[in-house]
Amino acid sequence: MFHVKHAYDVIVIGGGHAGCEAAHASARSGVSTLLITLRFSDIGVMSCNPAIGGLGKGHLVREIDALDGIMGRAADRAGIQFRLLNRRKGPAVQGPRTQADRALYRNAIQELTTARSNLEIKEGEVVDLLLIKGRVSGVILKDGSSIPSKCVILTSGTFLRGIIHIGDVSRAGGRMGDLPSIALAERLASYDLPLGRLKTGTPPRLDGRSIKWDGLEHQDADIEPELFSFMHKSPFAKQIACGITYTNEQTHEIIEKNLERSAMYGGHIDGVGPRYCPSIEDKVVRFADKTSHQIFLEPEGLTDHTIYPNGISTSLPIDVQEDYVHSIVGLENAKILQPGYAIEYDYIDPRSLSTQLELKRMPGLFLAGQINGTTGYEEAAAQGLVAGLNAAAQVSNSDPILFDRSTSYIGVMIDDLTIRGVSEPYRMFTSRAEFRLSLRADNADQRLTSAGRIFGCVEDERWKVFSSKKNALDSGRVALTNTTASSRELNNAGVKVSVDGPKRTLADALTIAGTTVKILSSIDPQLLNIPNEIALQLERDALYSHYVERQMRDIEGMRRDSGKLIPHDMCYDSIAGLSNELKSKLQTTLPDNLAQAARIDGITPAALMLVAAEIKKQQTMVTAS
Amino acid sequence: MDTIFALASAAGKAGVSIIRISGPDALSNCAVMGAVLDQHDRRLVKLTSIDGSLIDLAFAISFAPRRSFTGEQVVELHTHGSPAIVTAVLDRLSNLDVRLAEPGEFTRRAMENGMLDLAQVEGLADLIDAETESQRRQAVRIFQGALGDLASGWRLSLVRAAALLEATIDFVDEDVPVDVYPEVMTLIGNVTNQVRYEAAGVRIRERVRDGFEVALVGPPNSGKSTLLNRLAGREAAITSDIAGTTRDVIEVKMDLNGLPITILDTAGLRESDDILEGIGIERGKDRALAADVRIHLLDDLPINNDQSVFGLDLYVKSKADLESNPIDQAVSGVTGYGMDHLLDQISSYLREQLAGAGIATHTRHQMALEAAAVALDSVTLGLNAVNTPVDLLAEDLRIAIRSLDSLIGRVDVENVLGEIFSSFCIGK
Repeated sequence: MFHVKHAYDVIVIGGGHAGCEAAHASARSGVSTLLITLRFSDIGVMSCNPAIGGLGKGHLVREIDALDGIMGRAADRAGIQFRLLNRRKGPAVQGPRTQADRALYRNAIQELTTARSNLEIKEGEVVDLLLIKGRVSGVILKDGSSIPSKCVILTSGTFLRGIIHIGDVSRAGGRMGDLPSIALAERLASYDLPLGRLKTGTPPRLDGRSIKWDGLEHQDADIEPELFSFMHKSPFAKQIACGITYTNEQTHEIIEKNLERSAMYGGHIDGVGPRYCPSIEDKVVRFADKTSHQIFLEPEGLTDHTIYPNGISTSLPIDVQEDYVHSIVGLENAKILQPGYAIEYDYIDPRSLSTQLELKRMPGLFLAGQINGTTGYEEAAAQGLVAGLNAAAQVSNSDPILFDRSTSYIGVMIDDLTIRGVSEPYRMFTSRAEFRLSLRADNADQRLTSAGRIFGCVEDERWKVFSSKKNALDSGRVALTNTTASSRELNNAGVKVSVDGPKRTLADALTIAGTTVKILSSIDPQLLNIPNEIALQLERDALYSHYVERQMRDIEGMRRDSGKLIPHDMCYDSIAGLSNELKSKLQTTLPDNLAQAARIDGITPAALMLVAAEIKKQQTMVTAS
Repeated sequence: MDTIFALASAAGKAGVSIIRISGPDALSNCAVMGAVLDQHDRRLVKLTSIDGSLIDLAFAISFAPRRSFTGEQVVELHTHGSPAIVTAVLDRLSNLDVRLAEPGEFTRRAMENGMLDLAQVEGLADLIDAETESQRRQAVRIFQGALGDLASGWRLSLVRAAALLEATIDFVDEDVPVDVYPEVMTLIGNVTNQVRYEAAGVRIRERVRDGFEVALVGPPNSGKSTLLNRLAGREAAITSDIAGTTRDVIEVKMDLNGLPITILDTAGLRESDDILEGIGIERGKDRALAADVRIHLLDDLPINNDQSVFGLDLYVKSKADLESNPIDQAVSGVTGYGMDHLLDQISSYLREQLAGAGIATHTRHQMALEAAAVALDSVTLGLNAVNTPVDLLAEDLRIAIRSLDSLIGRVDVENVLGEIFSSFCIGK
């Protein structure tokens, strides 16, 4: 792995969550891949909170796993508090989550990465990109050497004009302790790409040994843990609990008194922060009537004493952080290991990317992760996967690998980013997916693994596991469809139907609320052979079947318009009758097809028609010439 | 490709109205309503309603695929140009396997199927603009009216309800309220009632068919019946000086500058011991409230002219004949004083209501309202049942909101997230 060839198909810059997933996806697809990172030890580091998954995010991890990616497998090996969120709500909105041991996670990623065939790793700093005839064709390192490649994937997180703020002290930097890669940033700046500025924050890290745990509430792991990977059944590491404490009026008073010393409120920060992850200063100001906010005390690992107090991220000066932390029950004597800080950084407007995450105006250069205005490990990894698969596809002259809103959260995110852009750090929520009921975490493999096998990124081991599950599901479906029963029989078995209703198939009966495969097996004992896990998924499919049918009509309409491709060199300026506002919106977004164009904010049916007409005109001209 | 329909000629009274149906199922659907045609054909047909009764004798023309405006199978139904007939035909179609066309959709299909070349499409751009402009005007007009106030209220309620449900889904573990169902139930219940009310009486449509209602209200013996008789030109109501003569609602149909109207004479508003008269008063009140225009005949003009949510309230001083120098807003059923002014006010208000109120728009609205009401009922049912997965509640709510898009404006996930982030402190 550490010896470097003279040329690669794909070079990935950065060893974070986006970079690792990109490098693996590219290597899995069978093209030679080089991962360049400042330090090998940085590979797989979780720089923010020690947790993976959640709502929407857990769905993303399952989808990455369904395509044979590494995040789910590594998270399973590092998971120390598995919890299925929304366990008591509908299965479509249940999201797996775990606290992750930082060291175990990093080790897992590093092991998987060093063991990966087609993938080499190099320590070094990329200072520039090789450009040949307007195409990015490799990288130049700090030592002056250059490495050519067919594609480059840049996953450099917050390094673009990154500034760290603690109170009124600020300095340049990516995450704590890292230097930003200024040279590469300047190079990117010279390309004149549309940029925006965002900010995010972290809480002070505490020494768990100095916390008074007695008397604090705690939150346990699930008794029956749900793992991320479809390849795993049970946790690898010991399961632990998180503590819960609360801020109080004294805490809020300390914060209010020192507000102007916060980087945020002292006017040192211009970037837009996420609404769903406000700093404690923000919480105190914006929700002034609340006298208390909850804090989760999350252990960073089984052997690590560091505690991540989730809920009190801040950019206050260190002495104020000390004061407010000590005002909280249980934290009276807590030792701060590393102060909280806010970080401000530039992102590249993701509307300048294609749905393959390639910069439209810089062929050969793909971007993934925080640099595109997203937040979260899972969002980053999912983009890495998309960029890696597509860079590999481009190298192999295969068709682009496109993700659709109707079949994956990955598709929702890519579409949101490239069509609508971002105004705050973009995080996945289940409510972003209009086809949420079909995009469940439990059926991510059913949605994506077959397609992944065709893309060439699903390897034999997973394919075998998937195929046997698929066969079991198929034969379960056949058994349910082939048997019919009268309403009286169904009613006797415990299905909630009136006795004089029509005859129906058991598949149909399963869609009636409260019906289970087990209930139906009294009618057809053959159903007893269906394994529990398979029965559960059949029941979930049945629960949503009526809704999913209705959604299919919406999906059809969307697909029809997706088929009408818009050439990338489309000149919107020359379209008579389009308002200037819409012209400029279309020009910024450069939609790939009519369905995307329709999702641009403010577009009218008439404007869409004009665009459609222009496509036709260009096609006619091509045919004529 | 689904099959679409719309009124192709201008809305309103005309010699002939043309309804166009385009798509693969055009012939089969028209056959169901009595227009049996070959691919490229023309015939005199009897259009029938759902119960088999005759709607109209119409001239039907079919255009085979590639030989039509859109390039698809097209049927045109040329009916007599009465708004009532057009409404009945559109209603019938909306119950078949076809859907109302989006604005510009026929033209879009024509272009997609290569029936119009680019020059033609570009030439049409002006036309399309006009189409959307009239749509915009229509939307603005509807929004300025009572429906607009209602719709923006619905929007607020539905965004709030969606935010409450979504908060419990996407922000579990956060500081969000757990028991949101009571608030959601109240929000949805109120909207459902109003949506149902609107759907049931897409009022103008009804009025075109049945006449606008103008109610005469006022205290007993304020001269309502005399005014009615004057309007009707005959002794429709028995008039006398004894208060409480009119015990039931008396209706007189008349033509007001071409608008069909029904004048309602209601029992005088007063407390009464007479049971029969009491019933008459109650009935009168209800009818008056539902009327399009209420003429309040009063002895003295009130200081505040209260306006109801629906319709127009006109306040006039009655029995102008008893005054030597009556004011402008006074009428007399005896001498006819002020009648022209009053009628002008009524007819211009009603014209305003009618103006450009495309029937198609209303059919579209009615369909949207009905679809929304069904989805909202399903939310309520789910809220009341035990164990309905919240994601299904949220989905039904989403369907309701999407159905109302054209009325309340598009509700994006950003609106819902915005409501969540401004109401709850998210960020554990």
